[in-house]
Amino acid sequence: MSDNATSKATDFLKLVHSKLGDKILESRVSLGDAEIRIAAGDIKECCRLLQLDAELRFDMLINVTAVDYMDSDFIARPDDRFEVVYHLMNMKNRNRLRIKAAVPEKNPEVDSVTGFWLGADFMESEVWDMFGISFKGHPDLRRILMYDEFKGYPLRKDYPVQGKQPRIPLIKPEVENTARLMNRPALVQINKRNQNTGITRGEV
Amino acid sequence: MGKLLNVDYGAGGITTEMRPRQLDDDLHSESVILNIGPAHPATHGTVRIVAELDGEKIIDADVEVGFLHRGFEKMCETVDYNQVMPYADRLNYVSPIINNVGWCLTVEKLLEIEVPKRAQYIRVIMSEISRITDHLTCLGASAMELGAFTVMLYMMQAREYLWDLIEEVTGARLTISYGRVGGLKDDLTDDFAEKMAVAFTGVRYQMDKADRLLSRNRLFMDRMCDIAVISGEEAISYSITGPLLRASGVAYDVRKAFPYSSYEDFEFEVPLGAKGDNYDRFQVRFEEMKQSLSICEQAIKNLPDGPICVDDPRVVLVPKDEAYGSIDGMINHFEMVFRGVEPPKGDVYIPVEGGNGELGFYTVSDGSGRPYRVHVRAPSFIHMGIMKRMLIGANIADVVPIFGMINMIGGECDR
Repeated sequence: MSDNATSKATDFLKLVHSKLGDKILESRVSLGDAEIRIAAGDIKECCRLLQLDAELRFDMLINVTAVDYMDSDFIARPDDRFEVVYHLMNMKNRNRLRIKAAVPEKNPEVDSVTGFWLGADFMESEVWDMFGISFKGHPDLRRILMYDEFKGYPLRKDYPVQGKQPRIPLIKPEVENTARLMNRPALVQINKRNQNTGITRGEV
Repeated sequence: MGKLLNVDYGAGGITTEMRPRQLDDDLHSESVILNIGPAHPATHGTVRIVAELDGEKIIDADVEVGFLHRGFEKMCETVDYNQVMPYADRLNYVSPIINNVGWCLTVEKLLEIEVPKRAQYIRVIMSEISRITDHLTCLGASAMELGAFTVMLYMMQAREYLWDLIEEVTGARLTISYGRVGGLKDDLTDDFAEKMAVAFTGVRYQMDKADRLLSRNRLFMDRMCDIAVISGEEAISYSITGPLLRASGVAYDVRKAFPYSSYEDFEFEVPLGAKGDNYDRFQVRFEEMKQSLSICEQAIKNLPDGPICVDDPRVVLVPKDEAYGSIDGMINHFEMVFRGVEPPKGDVYIPVEGGNGELGFYTVSDGSGRPYRVHVRAPSFIHMGIMKRMLIGANIADVVPIFGMINMIGGECDR
């Protein structure tokens, strides 16, 4: 990595520090990328500051994803298991920032950022689908890549790679298809004639 | 599920549950729910759109993706870094080399190495050829769906010239696996420059014919202009990148903003749309193909000599004669095959300009030979998020052109 990128990211992190203050638990420059770590409860407040501040002005949410650090020494606190990772970008001066927030194993939930970036809708749905981390305030949180009846969360480390799913029963329509039950004399006649005479339908 | 998804296609045929009629309703004011897809001949990609129609107008829509989900990210955790390459091919299978390059750059950044200049230039050439094939497929298919079948044939012919070029170098046409961590699989063939010149003449000729038939065609313009207009701010808010964002007038191209693989050495324009409608999206893609042709020609003209892989036996396989001729080479070959590339601990996100937009790989390494976590920022998936917004207010006949211009690629969207 060039020193230029690293020093630029370090300067930029100072600016972020001055705006967010003590909300930042840890900040570092990793391979030229600026990265901050915040508490999961602070996500909404931090994103509001990052988006609305005139100097930072992160107007594009590049990506939302999560990582499962089960049985791994990556996370300091023992009851935390997941890490939600946000990538933001400023469209004007092209600054990028990575935000990480650790989420506990029990009842994993963070605030939704769909209020700030509309694009977060699909990305957060995907995290919910793959990791089971729910987003409070999301307008329509549902399974997006898997089907509704899917059991478990496939990208968690404890989901087996060749895990089998139970077969889902055939979906029965709630409303009976009444067209089948209707008495259709014309068709019945043709069918009868077919049976009796062996004339195919095309010839009739 | 949302309220629109009360569509059942069970044993008894398709039934839809409609809104109950209100007392003050007119006779024909009931909206109709129309289910399009997932296997619809006009949507080249498996996606299900449930549209609520008022006459011909779409008043509400619900987009369902995921029919082609193969668990790419889960599979990547089980193989080593170079074995991800064939899976990456199958993301955006119309421009597989860009995916390969993106993945290679990600691992190379984790390893903190830089490939030789010649490899960077060849990556640029192959990426740009892939980008042209991607845009040709998108535009050709969309034109065909609007009735311009001839244009599709011209564009497929142009794509054929380019695929012949790719086949010449890599030995495959669609799923290529040309990239390697730390370099490339093969060098260009000796007469590649001449073959490329011939092929590009053909491509320009076909594109010119398509342009004359289509670009100022009244029927085509009537169907494309002022449809699904997206402003720049809205596109940014929806995280839209690539040709869709540039059609809305925002100059963001990863190749310019964050140059990778020596893109800063080449001169090219970033075409921008004025209005952000479907016609702008078409024009931006068309212009981008011309720019890509020019980038390829600049790269082949200034192609530096030298190796195509880094000189590090911990990253790339040693040459065959060394592997069989010396004990060091033998050990290195064995280590490379059995353990693979082992980047240090850390995580990295690298964006590249894919055919549809910013294609990014977020990778976490735990120091072993296999990635701990791979996440793809798939532009197609994120672009599907704006599909609902584009559909509402459009006519039912506009669904197919809108979907065509988003250019959702199933393999990339559903991963």
